[in-house]
Amino acid sequence: MSGYVGVAIFAGLILAFGVVSLGAAALLRPFRPNAAKLGNYECGTEPIGSAWVQFPVGFYLVALMFIVFDTLAVFLIPWALVLRSLGPGGFWAMALFVGIIGLGWAYAYREGILEWK
Amino acid sequence: MQTAVFFAIAAIAVASALGLIVRRNPIHGALFLVVNLGSVAAIYLMLNAQFLAAAQVIIYAGAIMVLFVFAIMVLIPGKEETGPDPLRPFRLVAIPFGAFLLVEILLMLVVRPAPPREPPGAEGGAEAIGRLLFTDYLFPFELTSVLLLAALVGVLALAKRKA
Amino acid sequence: MTTALAVRDFVAAFVLLNAVIAVVTYVTLLERKFAARMQSRIGPYRVGPHGLLQPIADALKLMMKEDVVPATSDRWVFNLAPLVFLIPCVLIFATIPFAPGLGLADLNIGVLFFLAVSALEIVGLFMAGWGSNNKYALLSAMRAVNQIISYDLPFIFAALIPVVLGGTLRLGGIVEAQRGLWFVAYPLLGQLGFLAYLVAMIAAENRVPFDILEAESELVAGFRVEYSGMKFALIQLAEYAHVIGTSYLGALLFLGGWLGPGPAWLGLIWLSLKALAVFLLVTWVRWSFVRIRVDQILGISWKLLLPATLSLLLVAAAVVAYSGGARGA
Repeated sequence: MSGYVGVAIFAGLILAFGVVSLGAAALLRPFRPNAAKLGNYECGTEPIGSAWVQFPVGFYLVALMFIVFDTLAVFLIPWALVLRSLGPGGFWAMALFVGIIGLGWAYAYREGILEWK
Repeated sequence: MQTAVFFAIAAIAVASALGLIVRRNPIHGALFLVVNLGSVAAIYLMLNAQFLAAAQVIIYAGAIMVLFVFAIMVLIPGKEETGPDPLRPFRLVAIPFGAFLLVEILLMLVVRPAPPREPPGAEGGAEAIGRLLFTDYLFPFELTSVLLLAALVGVLALAKRKA
Repeated sequence: MTTALAVRDFVAAFVLLNAVIAVVTYVTLLERKFAARMQSRIGPYRVGPHGLLQPIADALKLMMKEDVVPATSDRWVFNLAPLVFLIPCVLIFATIPFAPGLGLADLNIGVLFFLAVSALEIVGLFMAGWGSNNKYALLSAMRAVNQIISYDLPFIFAALIPVVLGGTLRLGGIVEAQRGLWFVAYPLLGQLGFLAYLVAMIAAENRVPFDILEAESELVAGFRVEYSGMKFALIQLAEYAHVIGTSYLGALLFLGGWLGPGPAWLGLIWLSLKALAVFLLVTWVRWSFVRIRVDQILGISWKLLLPATLSLLLVAAAVVAYSGGARGA
């Protein structure tokens, strides 16, 4: 547990470094805004409409696949630690688990969901 | 010291949960949710459940948050929701549920259930969890894969039909 | 928790932070020099002998630059994004042991801590892209998140191969398990695992050839297009810190960490040299290949790398389960 005190202090110091350097820059730098400068950069043309537009559903499907395999990854970690004491039984237990989720992967492959369109 | 840290984290958790509810912009809500999930992970860490804390960050603050953000971007892009809420009558359901939760919390305070039996093992709980998962709880563990498979195939099939 | 321990932690954290900043600053120069040599140029030369003061000049310049916040941006999200991005990218160094006993905290969930903290970088990245309210920036951020999550899985599976072989998540323990034979020297298993680690690392770091989200020629540098001055500097710093941190992790997981000939105090040098070798390998790829299309990038990950790394992991597990351990333990 004690190790995390150091980690927390480190995180605090990183934040402090970021804030201090931004603050120092705020004191040093010029500040001369004008309308053209404050516009969004779009290679010189006037931006039309907001950037917050609708995205294709493919992104959502990738995120979904990611969650399932991320869950698998989290299950793999305690398994990796006790594998040695479990022996072959432990290996086959996980092989079955991966195999069942692999069916989902195979389905996605066959249905062409892994293709990005 | 421990108590002070706990209350600081708890305050962040409650504040971010409030932010999630109050902000009308869905992306702001998602960002508050990340803060909330992160502070819950910090509380797990304080309980010495290191594996659970890391899993919370990886799955919830990482994967689930991406899923929410992508869902928002695919549905309503960054705009605040306007117009009347079609589910307004459902808000009444919150009253009995809230009351039930309040009673539960009060009950916890009165009964004060015993703390968990043993502190997690040397690998921050990961090894202990692994041992239990692959001995006593092997069958539920294998069933989890079927659950994940069903979720995956189900959503992919639905999304495919729409597209 | 005694005060003396907290003071020790504070000093260690302070030293580590400064070391990371110093190394990252100079790694930018190294990369520029390296790239220049590959293209028969000299690279930065004017500031200081052989351009050695160039990073300092860059830092000062960025500090003096005006900071422009687009009028249509989401100010809070836009301004907080560099800090949110910076913290996880530097925090990954917290659990890296640079030599036996030298490091901030050799956590007993070391590898897991690294993976969890590293996964948080997408939050800051998305905040930067979305908060800018710029079409290039948002498109870039969406592509970035998509690509990072796609390659995060092969990265995790590849990183777990040494965990399975070593039987521990503690990075120090993984290095000790490689005493005698580095994991990269394990026939096929080690080499393919390390190769997968490198490919996933290059993709997860969004470097060429996997830089569709940056794509100077089409997305004008991507999610950081609206950032200027010190905020831009922090984003760049964070990105390089993440690459260096991942290089150190690769050296610890596959290349035997601080193990090497000579006395023990050389460990820090050995580890840093190995991490540098990983970094230069990645840089070499960056400056040699052309950009790949989006569908190809996602295809490589989901159709090839994901099943391949998962199979490798299972093979490693079978070896461990049937032989009762590769080595040690």
